[in-house]
Amino acid sequence: MNQKHVILSILLAFFACFPVLFDNPYWIGVLNDIWLYAILGLSLNWIVGHTGLFNLGHAAYYAVGAYTAAILATRYNVPILWAMPLSGLAAGLFALIVARPIIHLRGDYLAIVTIGVGEIVRIALENDVFGLTGGSNGIFGIPRPEFFDIRIRRPWQFYYLIGGFLLLTIWFFYRLEQSRFGRALNYIKEDDTAAEGSGIPTAYYKLAAFVIGAVWAGMAGTLFAAKMSTISPGSFNFWESVLVFAIVILGGAGSIPGVILGAFLLVGLPEIFRNFADARMLFFGAAMVLMMIFRNKGLLPPLVRKYAGVVRKRGGLA
Amino acid sequence: MSLLSLEKVVKTFGGLTAVNRVSFSVEAGSVVGLIGPNGAGKTTVFNLITGNYTPDSGDIRFNGVSIRGKKPHKIVEMGIARTFQSIRLFQNMPVVENVLAGCHCRMKSGIFASMLRTPGQKREEKQALETARKMLEFVGLWEQAGLLASNLSYGKQRLLEIARALASGPELLILDEPAGGMNDQETAELLTLIREIGKMGITVLLIEHDMGLVMRACEKLVVIEYGTKIAEGGPEEVKNNPRVIEAYLGVEEEECEEIRNGDGESPC
Repeated sequence: MNQKHVILSILLAFFACFPVLFDNPYWIGVLNDIWLYAILGLSLNWIVGHTGLFNLGHAAYYAVGAYTAAILATRYNVPILWAMPLSGLAAGLFALIVARPIIHLRGDYLAIVTIGVGEIVRIALENDVFGLTGGSNGIFGIPRPEFFDIRIRRPWQFYYLIGGFLLLTIWFFYRLEQSRFGRALNYIKEDDTAAEGSGIPTAYYKLAAFVIGAVWAGMAGTLFAAKMSTISPGSFNFWESVLVFAIVILGGAGSIPGVILGAFLLVGLPEIFRNFADARMLFFGAAMVLMMIFRNKGLLPPLVRKYAGVVRKRGGLA
Repeated sequence: MSLLSLEKVVKTFGGLTAVNRVSFSVEAGSVVGLIGPNGAGKTTVFNLITGNYTPDSGDIRFNGVSIRGKKPHKIVEMGIARTFQSIRLFQNMPVVENVLAGCHCRMKSGIFASMLRTPGQKREEKQALETARKMLEFVGLWEQAGLLASNLSYGKQRLLEIARALASGPELLILDEPAGGMNDQETAELLTLIREIGKMGITVLLIEHDMGLVMRACEKLVVIEYGTKIAEGGPEEVKNNPRVIEAYLGVEEEECEEIRNGDGESPC
């Protein structure tokens, strides 16, 4: 075991025991939020971090997932955890339809269009689309999730539910990152034309990045709906998208530990500095400006993948 | 049947006819050079073959199958690999991953297999890494496999592009000015490399300004000027073709002499 494994094990053990050590519903609640945003950040990481596509409307997929779960649970009595894969699929399908025509756009153009997508979804929800979403009041009375006969209602129970899903997400995403899928996305980020010319179906992979990001955001939406038991369009506004985007960029685009650190900083720190809540945006703005100047790859940039027999080297012209 | 054949290919940009009814063919196992003065339409022909442009009319056939209108990645998958005139590597990724990009189209593992890391996926990754190692050893870059591509010298970056293209297991390799930016020694090594690629049974289409290299490497040359083919044949034949001498190799007798001797630089 090397140093990295030791640190990871200690962190894991600490957070696994957190609700037992500190029986404080408030801080457990804050950590629940951090885990949820970490999952959201990791889902957006496929699109922004790995593929380099600026998506400023991620809240749209989050909303589609949350509303699908809420509608299934309140109208059709589907247990909310069973609704989770379905809401993931719904969000994925939505991404497939929406992202397909805009996927060839680059940089700022794509960013603007995705902001539009986010706003369209929010406004549609506010206007009670299909008579299902309950307008600006949203949907309430979403039943609590049940996990093998245990009714999950207390913060510490949600802590393990959301934390468990975060661990599962990390497990899957780490493996996916280390595969030809992860590499393909990185080639596209580096040089679109060269990737296509080397045999990477770039359009397919860009869409795949969007869909997988949306599926996971949709599942995170289910957890959010289950946790809050009430959802309304206000929870899925533009700032929500910006916050998740900032988590990815600030933490380290393309890096799992980076995104988690980003979630800690952008969701956790404001809670610690509650007294200065008014100055929060000022602080965020300044932090982002400084980051872009001094550490434009984020706080924890991604590490180079390891390959058997390849010696990792840095520097010098060869 | 030729490996690659262009049949009366036309490509216009607005009012400009960049490629005008160009036809030629590349036989399997040969090394063919495509030459012509700057702006003659060489790179356009190249981009038509690789699928970056679609011909306005005419057809391009590879192994008898039309590749007209196919996406570039599809054409790579069919067996035509390319390098870029201006180096286009994945600069912030290690050398080995640059070559693995070429392996991509020969791999099959999907998203779920990768998430679950199935035995098949692991085996495939291992094989791909093995292919990448072979290709890097072939161009002599295995020692630098862990370096970022941006840390390689210019000449070595060109070699890495060739390795990346070869990793896709092509039948036809198209090199767009591979000797650009190389010194004499590197060019000589490149010539050896091209010959070795030929020995591996891979057909090579070379677009090049370095006449010395083209004359020595190629069995057949196709000369284009203003988007039109003006000559075709063996190096000797083309060298002595009056139209080529006049249109491409320059008008001054001394320069032509120099090129005839095979060691001169292109006057363009």
